[in-house]
Amino acid sequence: MRTWNIRLTRVPSAARNWRTDGHHRRLFRRARLYGHAWSIFTWLVAILLFFPVLWMVITAFKTEGKAYTDPPTIVFHPTLTEFSQVFTSGIGKPLEHSLFTTLVSTGAVLLLAVPAAYSLSIKAVKRWRDVMFFVLSTKMLPVVAAIIPIYIVARNIGMLDNDWTLVILYTAMNLPIAVWMIRSFLLEVPVEVLDAARVDGAGLVVELTRVILPIVLPGLAATALICMIFSWNEFFFAVNLTATRAGTMPVFLVGFITSEGLYWAKLAAAASLASLPVVLLGWIAQKQLVRGLALGAVK
Amino acid sequence: MSTSIARVHGPAQRSADALSRPVATRTEGARARWARRLPLLPALIYMIVVTQVPFLATIWYSFRRWNLLIPGSNKFAGLQSYRQAFSDPTFLTALVNTVEITASAVVLATLVGTGLAVLLNRHFFGRAVVRTLLITPFLVMPVAGALLWKTTIYDPLYGLLDFVLSPFGVHHVNWIGRFPIPAIVTLSVWQWSPFVMLIVLAGLQSEPLDVLEAAKVDGASTIQTFLRVTLAHIRRYIFLAVLLGSVYIVQTFGKIYMVTQGGPGTATTNLPFYLYEQVFNAYNVGVGAASGVIVLIGTEIVALGALRFAWGLLDTVQARS
Repeated sequence: MRTWNIRLTRVPSAARNWRTDGHHRRLFRRARLYGHAWSIFTWLVAILLFFPVLWMVITAFKTEGKAYTDPPTIVFHPTLTEFSQVFTSGIGKPLEHSLFTTLVSTGAVLLLAVPAAYSLSIKAVKRWRDVMFFVLSTKMLPVVAAIIPIYIVARNIGMLDNDWTLVILYTAMNLPIAVWMIRSFLLEVPVEVLDAARVDGAGLVVELTRVILPIVLPGLAATALICMIFSWNEFFFAVNLTATRAGTMPVFLVGFITSEGLYWAKLAAAASLASLPVVLLGWIAQKQLVRGLALGAVK
Repeated sequence: MSTSIARVHGPAQRSADALSRPVATRTEGARARWARRLPLLPALIYMIVVTQVPFLATIWYSFRRWNLLIPGSNKFAGLQSYRQAFSDPTFLTALVNTVEITASAVVLATLVGTGLAVLLNRHFFGRAVVRTLLITPFLVMPVAGALLWKTTIYDPLYGLLDFVLSPFGVHHVNWIGRFPIPAIVTLSVWQWSPFVMLIVLAGLQSEPLDVLEAAKVDGASTIQTFLRVTLAHIRRYIFLAVLLGSVYIVQTFGKIYMVTQGGPGTATTNLPFYLYEQVFNAYNVGVGAASGVIVLIGTEIVALGALRFAWGLLDTVQARS
């Protein structure tokens, strides 16, 4: 594919009649063959890496007896038995806690991050650079090193196994990403638009709600999605600070370790259900995902 | 006016001019300056309280001896916890394991992820679908992924790995028991390669086409173009992925908790898991905190590089806008 491109640019006169030119036709065919080979290879790699996920979903639709066989069963009658098993085995509460902590912390992150990002971009404070680095540096701290005082404080004030403890921590966890991301979106608001609004005598509130918000709304949505992904999947704080009263979905899955090797289909059903919301959100937001992962630095 | 300020304040002010956004200046009144700071304060205070104070407290606890189960045992102990940690063979194993797991997972995920990004950076049938398939391992709940690999893939009797390798005479291998670190690393690479892929892909797609064209006109081969032109351009993106990936992977906890519980023996105990065991199984706050401080120092050495890098990144972000 690339080879014929080079030839074309180097010998422009041949470009016009490359179809009739035997040499170039051969080159073109060979290049196209290479191109197809690479495409097929890419597809195979993608399927290979996706296969564990696919296998999880397939296993979830099996009966326990079909879930662990040697060789693995591929043809079977799909059944929803294991999904209903999971629902009756108490997935409801963890699901509620996960939803609550994810949604409330994401809302809190946006409430704190939008004004902060405004102060770092549109009407920037003098030392915005230092602030940006402080914000980023908090993301570089290993959470494991913070768990001890957090655990002790939560224990002393009776906040262990409490939804709000996770909300507070997840807000802090996602705030740096959100500030960096939202700032990068605010910087894209054209200066001319802001100036025009100010000349027209728009106050701060009008400027924010009528001018800035409509432009950055897709960016805010992307930021929210990324915060949701990280909160939903968070395990370390959840497993150490919650149990039965506030345990989230990852903590619920821990319960399956004890039934090691015995209930694969049920485990697969629970794992599929636990992963489904974030996988869907991630698929929807995949274009914006990279920006959040790279802290807004990469578009 | 802005030029004179630029001379006074140096590069920071210049880049703020490049932003062409009004930035607070000394000539502004105190009230106006506070009006600028006000929206920033809630987030800033929140971050300081929730993210900085615990780390300071961890350092404080690392100088104390405290068993959570023994009331009144909370006493100042100097460097005793550090001495205790460094004389504990499990701690030293955990230190080595952390480096081993992090280094191999980061290197492999970077290679695989960059390869995937290059493969995806072509036009071919179903490209969007392929990208969607490839990012999925990163989105699946890590704990769920770990459990799934542990059972349906690594299982010595019914696992897929056993099935796939059985034509080659491999039967009933206890993968996790015999190759504990590669088992964890493979799982990490599976999860983190899409992360690297997304960042490097963004780099590849931001590559100016005219440079590529120029390389072709000059008669550079595909491989030459990739090595000399493309790689030079995406180097910084790869670097960013490596640094962020290292900071995340060094904290690996869920996979070890779910798949091996640090075992067999202490074969896969890394520092986060060691810390967890010290605090939540042995109730030993001092030693737990000391190992936390050591994780902190190790991560900061890596993160310092990341921050220096990000400093340069800020300039490019501004230059674009």
